[in-house]
Amino acid sequence: MADFLEMVKWEDLLLATQETIYMTFISVLATFILGLLLGLLLFLTGKGNIWENRFVNVIIAAFVNIFRSIPFIILIVLLIPFTKLLVGSMLGANAALPALIIGAAPFYARMVEIALREIDKGVIEASQSMGATHGHIIFKVLIPESLPALISGITVTAISLVGFTAMAGVIGAGGLGHFAYLEGFQRNRPVVTLVATIAILILVFIIQFVGDYFTKKTDKR
Amino acid sequence: MISIKNVRKIFPSKQGQLKAVDDVNLEINNGEIFGVIGYSGAGKSTLIRMLNGLELPTEGTVTVAGREISKIKGGELRKARQEISMIFQHFNLLWSRTVSENIAFPLEIAGVKGPQRKKRVDELIKLVGLEGRENAYPSQLSGGQKQRVGIARALANNPKVLLCDEATSALDPQTTDSILDLLVDINKRLGLTIVLITHEMHVIRKICHRVAVMESGRVVELGSVLEVFKNPQQPITKRFVQQVTEPEKTKETAENLLERYPHGKVIQLSFLGESTEQPLITNVIRDFNVVVNILQGNISHTQNGSYGTLFIHLDGQQNEIQKAIDYIHSQQVGVEVISNG
Repeated sequence: MADFLEMVKWEDLLLATQETIYMTFISVLATFILGLLLGLLLFLTGKGNIWENRFVNVIIAAFVNIFRSIPFIILIVLLIPFTKLLVGSMLGANAALPALIIGAAPFYARMVEIALREIDKGVIEASQSMGATHGHIIFKVLIPESLPALISGITVTAISLVGFTAMAGVIGAGGLGHFAYLEGFQRNRPVVTLVATIAILILVFIIQFVGDYFTKKTDKR
Repeated sequence: MISIKNVRKIFPSKQGQLKAVDDVNLEINNGEIFGVIGYSGAGKSTLIRMLNGLELPTEGTVTVAGREISKIKGGELRKARQEISMIFQHFNLLWSRTVSENIAFPLEIAGVKGPQRKKRVDELIKLVGLEGRENAYPSQLSGGQKQRVGIARALANNPKVLLCDEATSALDPQTTDSILDLLVDINKRLGLTIVLITHEMHVIRKICHRVAVMESGRVVELGSVLEVFKNPQQPITKRFVQQVTEPEKTKETAENLLERYPHGKVIQLSFLGESTEQPLITNVIRDFNVVVNILQGNISHTQNGSYGTLFIHLDGQQNEIQKAIDYIHSQQVGVEVISNG
């Protein structure tokens, strides 16, 4: 067993883990902001809501549906020209970010929309009857009232993103996916693959735990 | 205070046009508690929602506190809405906020700052009797307490008008009464004009000064509550009045008695105001040769006087009974023969 473990280059594993955490963190942050924005737009331009606009709604819904449907591995390839333009390279952790965010934000946007639809229409109406502006309604009603669902949604999205980073890793983004594939699979060292898998599992468990904690804490229903 | 002129509201629907409100004209005075009663679908909900611009009339004008609600938009409408508060059947509180924070919400909207806001919230909590529950979340409150939060929230910006959209329909009878008492109290204390819609005549009887009865989008009857109770004109109004004056039980008792006493008449007496205090039955027994059997009675207290009904069974000679009925008539008491024995 000790011989097997010697095969693992621990500094490389640490570096790979850091890269995965970096990619996940940045992409989750950007996905949260972009997804929340898209989700709010999707909800507010929907039928019977304060910015009701069929045209805008259809456009956003189409965008969301298209990018949600493309398998991630294909999305990376499709986005290569865009990534090159934006990052200047298609290697390294930063090069993975555009694809990660564009892949995950529409997914999260749908969850945001569903969370917002769960809010009782009467509460929005009550705020309007008090003379609330659209800003009040968004920041003081919609977001706080759907917060537990927004948090559990970003938790699920973050876990998907960990998976996405592994896929991006194989193509050259680095991180644990890259480590498991190149150091483990290609060099025929299954132990390395196993260790990388465990590292990813620990990361996922931590995300789930933190997400559940905050979901529970914000839920006063 | 409120003036509704020639208001129509038409909703387009798949089966053509739906007239929710049809040519309604109402004047509601300052400081009045005005009730609108009707079954569901009568248009009362649409009507009250036009008073704060949540719904716009298809035709006609709605003026509240000098502002034409049906015309103003944007900032002006939002400003006006701070003076026209609303409470709801399902309370519509923010569950993510505590009692204090819920009450502070309209103050935040109105731009009231820190210490002043805190002071006002404390005043309101005292006014609605929620001391000690400031930091509870709505999910930890009973229905009655939730509606108290709703009322405190509605009063936060010192409105001129309070709209109650079936505010007690989700509450049990006892809680309903305590909420109604609170509404009367704030009406008296703050001189607030209250407009409420309901399908319960009990609510109208207990707190309203005037009432409008709505049926298929139209106001079919309008008057002081006592007047409407005494002399309901439309069949629908009669049915509503029966809700509070004639429990189902009475009919059964009457039928039962008619079977047992094949003679005589069962009659319903309606008293109003001072006539409720006369020794009418004593006089009937003393002066006429009839047997009086009291079946059921009650007295309802409305905001502008008392109203009572009494069901009695009269037995004796046909002409004596007739004389007794004539006597009761002469005492300005309403008489209605329910059934002949």
